[in-house]
Amino acid sequence: MTALLQIDGVSKQFGGLQAVQALSFTVGKHEILGLIGPNGAGKSTVFNLINGVFAPDGGRVRFRGADITGEPPHRVARHGLARTHQIVQPFMTMTVLENCTVGACFGRQNLPLARARETAREMAVLVGLEDRLEAPASKLTIAGKKRLELARALAAQPMLLLLDEVLAGLNPTEVEHMIGIIRAIRERGIAILIIEHLMQAIMSLSDRIVVLNSGRKLAEGLPAEVAVNPAVIEAYLGDPDLAAKLRSGPR
Amino acid sequence: MILRRPFFWIVAIVILLFAVAPTIGNNVELRESLLLAAVYITLASNLNMMLGYAGYVNFGSIVFFGLGGYFCVYFMSALNWALVPAILAGGVAVSTLALCFGFGILRLRGVYFALATIGVNEAVMAFVTNFGPWGGATGIYLSTELFQPLGGPARALWTIYYVLVGVMGLSMYLSYFVKVSKFGLGLRAIGQNEDAAAVLGVPTPRYKALVYSLSAFLPAIAGGLYFFKGAYIQPPDAFDLQLSTEALVITMLGGQGTVMGPALGAYLYEELRGWLLTSATFSNFQLVIAGVLLLIIVLFAPGGLMGWLYGRWPRLRRWLE
Repeated sequence: MTALLQIDGVSKQFGGLQAVQALSFTVGKHEILGLIGPNGAGKSTVFNLINGVFAPDGGRVRFRGADITGEPPHRVARHGLARTHQIVQPFMTMTVLENCTVGACFGRQNLPLARARETAREMAVLVGLEDRLEAPASKLTIAGKKRLELARALAAQPMLLLLDEVLAGLNPTEVEHMIGIIRAIRERGIAILIIEHLMQAIMSLSDRIVVLNSGRKLAEGLPAEVAVNPAVIEAYLGDPDLAAKLRSGPR
Repeated sequence: MILRRPFFWIVAIVILLFAVAPTIGNNVELRESLLLAAVYITLASNLNMMLGYAGYVNFGSIVFFGLGGYFCVYFMSALNWALVPAILAGGVAVSTLALCFGFGILRLRGVYFALATIGVNEAVMAFVTNFGPWGGATGIYLSTELFQPLGGPARALWTIYYVLVGVMGLSMYLSYFVKVSKFGLGLRAIGQNEDAAAVLGVPTPRYKALVYSLSAFLPAIAGGLYFFKGAYIQPPDAFDLQLSTEALVITMLGGQGTVMGPALGAYLYEELRGWLLTSATFSNFQLVIAGVLLLIIVLFAPGGLMGWLYGRWPRLRRWLE
């Protein structure tokens, strides 16, 4: 099986900081791959390298067999790759429906306006914004804006969706709801690459996990394997024996 | 369908009023005032596609008007072209130039873009001032002979006026069709958040250059008509930044991003200007007023007149654009 997304030895440097170094991994069709790592590990940079916000200094990015390394974001979007932002970026004075229509119009299928509106409406309903279609995006709550961000990306009808901390800042009920939505997206056959700090959520959602630390791949594997990997525990907690100590309970 | 939109008929009625009102009693004074209003509406409506839709402040939009004037006057005086081919060729030439400039300066954003647009205007003015075939600093004078094919000067002025009113109407319809199109949706997304728009697949470099070029076409034609009417053109009149600034104030006053706002703002501004000009104490006092108006709008009513109307009577959204 060929991978949907193939990252091959990608590097990126900002001044003296090596943000991402010789990173390689793949995302398969219909797969949910979790990307985790401590703050500053380079997770968001990886997203920016994949969707063309930054061009990598070295390495290749291949998507559906085509080399998309260094293509600008608007071209990458046309290949069927959509993303959400860690800090939501809605078009504030445009309505929820208009926001989603932009996604549908300029996404993979490059739809004409009327058909784009239908797709946009469908995606807004999928994320539970059916009551707010005509509301300006600025009037939504944070949870609402996060859902809009997701609906807008989905309206592009991508093959792969990059989710950058869609659960951050949500309360437990909203998190439950959002996890439900992500599962529903997967049911539609869309592969997902997800960055998340909520360990419980990402461990239960992901098929596989890639752990980043200081721009390098620290570990890769099934969620259960990664969770007990001493190197991973050390990266997060600073002490490889801490997990064992915690598990054995207070002496 | 467009014919079912009240907007279509409102604009049609406005065009009709412009065309008919001055003919009653052969009111030349009213015609001259409305002609200026039509120029302002054309400039503001086209500027609005850049400013109101794509969110780019074009301080030098007058360069399109001036260059259009120069091309038209040159084609007519040196090459003996008729008026209609001359203004059309002028429009196409200016749009093409704008497309080239656009790909260059639209890499800039915000304040830097605004400064670059002033730079384009000043650079073009400096070029024309030193360009022999266009008369350099003295400009080009047209022989009154050129009015003969239009039935002599008196008839010609009416013809020019009607064509300008047509250009004004086209500007408003163009603004509407751009706004409701996919192109317009992409532009508005760029205006709100350019990076997010690009991530969603909006081809931002192409769209920005296209709208810059498109917003040059009708102002260039208006410039051709305006300077043909005056029968002479010289650089300080053609590339007058004051008119650029007025176009910005008008667009903000009426309501940037709406189709009718710039037209409404232009008409009111022209009325105000006419009223203030007749006062002997304050020649050019409209500029002081314009400055104060701009401050008030930016601070207290960023939506302009249309924004205020919509806020007051939200139902108007169904009728107006």
